[in-house]
Amino acid sequence: MIEIKDLHKSYKMGSNSLHVLKGINFKAEAGELVAIMGSSGSGKSTLLNILGMLDEADSGEYTLDGVPIKNLNETKAAKYRNKFLGFIFQSFNLINYKSALENVALPLYYQRIPRKERLAKSMKYLEMVGLKEWSHHLPNELSGGQKQRVAIARAMVGEPKVLLADELTGALDSTTSYEVMDLIQKINDQGNTILVVTHENDIAHMCKRIIHLKDGVIEKDEKVKQVRASQYV
Amino acid sequence: MFNRDRWKEILEVLTSNWFRTVLTAFGVFWGILILIILLAAGKGFQNGVMADFGDIATNTMFMWSRNTTKEYMGLPKGRSYNFKLEDVQAIKDNVPNLRFVSPRNQLGGFRGANNVTRGINTGAFGVYGDYPEIINQDPMTITSGRFINHSDIIEKRKIAIIGEGVKSSLYDKGEEVIGTYIKIQGVNFMVIGTYKKRNNDGDGEEAQKEIFIPFTTFSQAFNRADNVGWMAITAQDGSSITSLKERIVALVKQNRKIHPEDKRAVGYFDLYEQYNRIESLFAAMSFIAYFVGILVLISGVIGVSNIMLIVVKERTKEIGIRRALGEDPWSIKLQIMMESIFLTFISGMAGISFGALLIYIINAILDANGPVDMFLSPSVSLGVVVAALVILIISGLLAGYIPAQSAIKVKPIDALRTE
Repeated sequence: MIEIKDLHKSYKMGSNSLHVLKGINFKAEAGELVAIMGSSGSGKSTLLNILGMLDEADSGEYTLDGVPIKNLNETKAAKYRNKFLGFIFQSFNLINYKSALENVALPLYYQRIPRKERLAKSMKYLEMVGLKEWSHHLPNELSGGQKQRVAIARAMVGEPKVLLADELTGALDSTTSYEVMDLIQKINDQGNTILVVTHENDIAHMCKRIIHLKDGVIEKDEKVKQVRASQYV
Repeated sequence: MFNRDRWKEILEVLTSNWFRTVLTAFGVFWGILILIILLAAGKGFQNGVMADFGDIATNTMFMWSRNTTKEYMGLPKGRSYNFKLEDVQAIKDNVPNLRFVSPRNQLGGFRGANNVTRGINTGAFGVYGDYPEIINQDPMTITSGRFINHSDIIEKRKIAIIGEGVKSSLYDKGEEVIGTYIKIQGVNFMVIGTYKKRNNDGDGEEAQKEIFIPFTTFSQAFNRADNVGWMAITAQDGSSITSLKERIVALVKQNRKIHPEDKRAVGYFDLYEQYNRIESLFAAMSFIAYFVGILVLISGVIGVSNIMLIVVKERTKEIGIRRALGEDPWSIKLQIMMESIFLTFISGMAGISFGALLIYIINAILDANGPVDMFLSPSVSLGVVVAALVILIISGLLAGYIPAQSAIKVKPIDALRTE
């Protein structure tokens, strides 16, 4: 599903440049639930941004579902993001003047799907994350966990190839975190490919595979026995 | 463009900070209001001044004789001369594109001595010997009877058409006028018609105190032989009297044995040139109105642009999110441009409507209080309103362009990081 080869990325900070990713190679198959772990500055967010086509690598290859991702202009990148990827952010990033339902419907809107169909489909996904009754509430009327579940529904609604989650539990307390991870595991059980960036060990162990990043290189890439979040809920 | 979600979003954005939106809109509202009012006031002034020209044929010159100032062909300078009827015929024969050439003779006039009597009533009036065509050059409304016709000219009938002012000073109220006689310098004339002139400038009253009699009768009764006092010459529509006057004057000089270089011997007044001068004055006025109005409008539009920049700045993160979710940059640009155009357009429409209301009120007041000098029915034409709307849409576009550009200039990754 995802294949990257010898990925390099450096940032220019005034006169000196900071080499963040120093040749990353990995492959993720369809249906995998991968955690990318590392301390801050290890390059995990940069890697996720490149995978999410929000940032571009300096060199290296990136193939997503057989499509080589390179030389993207903004319009094309936007189209690929819409078609291939679902984003889940640490700070939820919901649009605060739109209701939960409208937030979920956004990716479909960008696909120019007719309004009725769009809202029906979004409702279905909101129901899946258990927020059907909250569909017409604005984000600031929802709790943190609810917001993240709306964000997950929004990431899922476009039926992307890959879900990218950046510290999705970072702003949540542990109980809520486990609830959200339970949802992520269930989505993964249905065969969706999910990449989770985290620095929390327990969250990482709820995935099926952990990639440890350190100073811009992969230090360790291990399959782990998945801890089901449902036992904590 | 006409999709519900986009419009919903435009309204959501613009109504999220009412006070700011209204203040911004006020700039554009004010600009277009001033533009409309300036144009309407200019138009009102123009209407007023143009009404003073009355229905007079503006493509007209008046020509009269003065003393020569140069010797010529053995004739001394300082000689006084008269136009002759043959000059009128010569002009008609030799100068093309003329509609009317009317010779006129005049008796009395402004502050003249009493020259007309009827019974025990006397009065001082301007008496004109005229051809029937003069009614087209100096229009008047015949209120009873008729005007001079060609039979009157040929048969030299002693008839007169008198103004309403003459009627009121020589006749009692309600008295029958047609068929009665008045005595002009001792000669009796039968009144066969009355007229009223419409121009409403300062000469309004004087203009009603004139008496028209046939030119030939005038010549005979008052011993003018074939002399012509002055002429009113009107060119055909499409050719201007200003371009023909040189030829006319040259022809008259030749016939009257006047030195061709003698610039003072023939007096003339080119109404068309004056009219054009006033026309160009109004053209300049409306240019100034547009100029000032559009400058004020521009400051309003800059306000819109400014606010749109702030809105974009405030929404940087939101725009980042939307781009991460896969919105086309063009769609974002379009969104911002449409917000800007919408705001400009709505406030502009409000300005136009309010301006129209003001003009309506001013007109109502003017109507109620009677005419004011040099000001008449201020208005703006539909063309101006359409032009204003086009200006609004274009300026909305311009106001939105820079903010829209800055909205998609930020990379989505940077936009997401802003708080």
